[in-house]
Amino acid sequence: MTSASPREIFGATLVELGDERADIVVVGGDLNKSTFANLFGHKFPERFFDLGPAEQNMMSLAAGFASSGKTVFASTFAVFATGRPYDQIRTSISQPHLDVKIVATHAGIMTGEDGVSAQGIEDLSLMCALPGFTVVVPSDGPETVQAVRAAASTYGPFYIRLGRPSIPIIHSDNYKFQIGKAEIVQDGKDATIVACGIMVKAAIDAADSLSREGISCRVLNMATIQPADTEAILSAARDTGAIVTAEEHLKHGGLNSVVSQIASEMHPVPIESVSLNGYAESGKPEELLKKYGLTETNITNSVRKVISRKS
Amino acid sequence: MTNSVQTSFPDQSLSTDELKSRAIDIRKDIVTMIAQGGSGHPGGSLSAVEILSSLYFKVMNHDPQNPKWDLRDKFILSKAHACPVLYVHLAHCGYFPSAELATFRKIDSRLQGHAHIKTPGVEMSGGSLGQGLSFGLGSALSARLDKKESRVYVLLGDGECDEGQIWEAAMAATHYNVDNLVAIVDRNGIQNDTWTKDVMNLEPLADKWRAFGWNTVEIDGHDFTAILSSLEEAKKVKGKPSAIIASTFKGKGISFMENNPDFHGKAPNQEQLQQALSELDNLK
Repeated sequence: MTSASPREIFGATLVELGDERADIVVVGGDLNKSTFANLFGHKFPERFFDLGPAEQNMMSLAAGFASSGKTVFASTFAVFATGRPYDQIRTSISQPHLDVKIVATHAGIMTGEDGVSAQGIEDLSLMCALPGFTVVVPSDGPETVQAVRAAASTYGPFYIRLGRPSIPIIHSDNYKFQIGKAEIVQDGKDATIVACGIMVKAAIDAADSLSREGISCRVLNMATIQPADTEAILSAARDTGAIVTAEEHLKHGGLNSVVSQIASEMHPVPIESVSLNGYAESGKPEELLKKYGLTETNITNSVRKVISRKS
Repeated sequence: MTNSVQTSFPDQSLSTDELKSRAIDIRKDIVTMIAQGGSGHPGGSLSAVEILSSLYFKVMNHDPQNPKWDLRDKFILSKAHACPVLYVHLAHCGYFPSAELATFRKIDSRLQGHAHIKTPGVEMSGGSLGQGLSFGLGSALSARLDKKESRVYVLLGDGECDEGQIWEAAMAATHYNVDNLVAIVDRNGIQNDTWTKDVMNLEPLADKWRAFGWNTVEIDGHDFTAILSSLEEAKKVKGKPSAIIASTFKGKGISFMENNPDFHGKAPNQEQLQQALSELDNLK
């Protein structure tokens, strides 16, 4: 299995979009080499604005461009793309529903050694709190290309969450990403694992290992957290009677909250969460995933547990 | 590129005397709509009347019949709590009927408590201070990118200049050498809690803008001749943005509101409204 870096793919896709459309503008905050937005800047310097680490100005300025008819990509690290300019996103972008695409890289704990200040683990909670924002967490390179392109061609504010490392490619060339639609990666009958981002691969591996024990799991890649695919969650609850959510994010306010809310309203079933319960620390990304429980093993344990809770 | 479409504004035929007379009617509408709404911000609305009248009637290219006209100049009300002064000007220009002013802050109204783009002619949703200069800079850069002659005017409160984002935008505007952007500071000396000098000293305010590289002038913000002249001069400045520090009186034109911190965000009661209208009528 080969890997790809979603942020590099984001940068390359931006350049393609810049070639295709003259109304695309990109703004960044002194992290453009890391987000790969600088690729766009090299090719289209007149449409690229590095505003320095001044994210509040960056977001309101993006809104000004958008209100003038531009489709704007605003890119920086997840912690600086959400918490720091949250009020600007809320007032300048979300409330007037402007065409700004926030693409955050270095989300989650896989930023590793930089420590807790750089680990964006609250961003989905913040962004899902904004009405009208589409929130997407691609699970690999091919899905990243399609998510970025879908955002560019769909009016309205988007938040696309990317990580730092290269991650395994799990989608074939035939895969078709659709905004607001969860992908059934594989079907099963005993429980459903609903995952997003890097945890989709862990979910697939967990389902494989459980199948050897005779436990059959459906795996849903819920790339769009908001608006959520209500039908897919309802079907999972009805068909399999138990759900495990898996995300590289705090338990509160992200994928687990979204899935639990839908299930509790429409078809309550036991739900377990594989997620973070608090801040992590500095360390190698793989060490952090293991210490803080974002593992295939933790998913398989959670599936066994959730099945045991079925009435 | 030149503006080939005939627009309703600016209205070159308006004399300064007519502007002064109209300013009295505008102040009456402002206090009336805030009294009807039962809440709102009269002080910082009344201080900015001459600034908005100059822009909307005499300076900006805009077309009330076509609020989204591609080549329009834009006015951004960063101090969005002062939206009554904006709504009254938009109504007087014909963006919506003046009768609608009576719906301010009421359910189902297009005239929200802080400026929102659902109102025809309002360019930016605001209400959280400090964001308008950045928004205006994005609009100005977009116009430059599209080779349009559109100019962008941003009205800032003086207390609003406490917000750090104002200075992020001020730095970026000169970095990008925009000259189609004008920041006007409504320097009325009063913010929500009390006098600006007591909350957070802003001085030397003009020197701060100059230090950020802006072409900066200080004027009497109630003097139409001074305002119009500073706006015309700003058009001639190339390669950098212009800041106009407009010295004003909060609550201007009404004795018990003028220079009174209590009327930053308080509506007049019926008795106060009648007194205000009577005082304004006596100015005619």
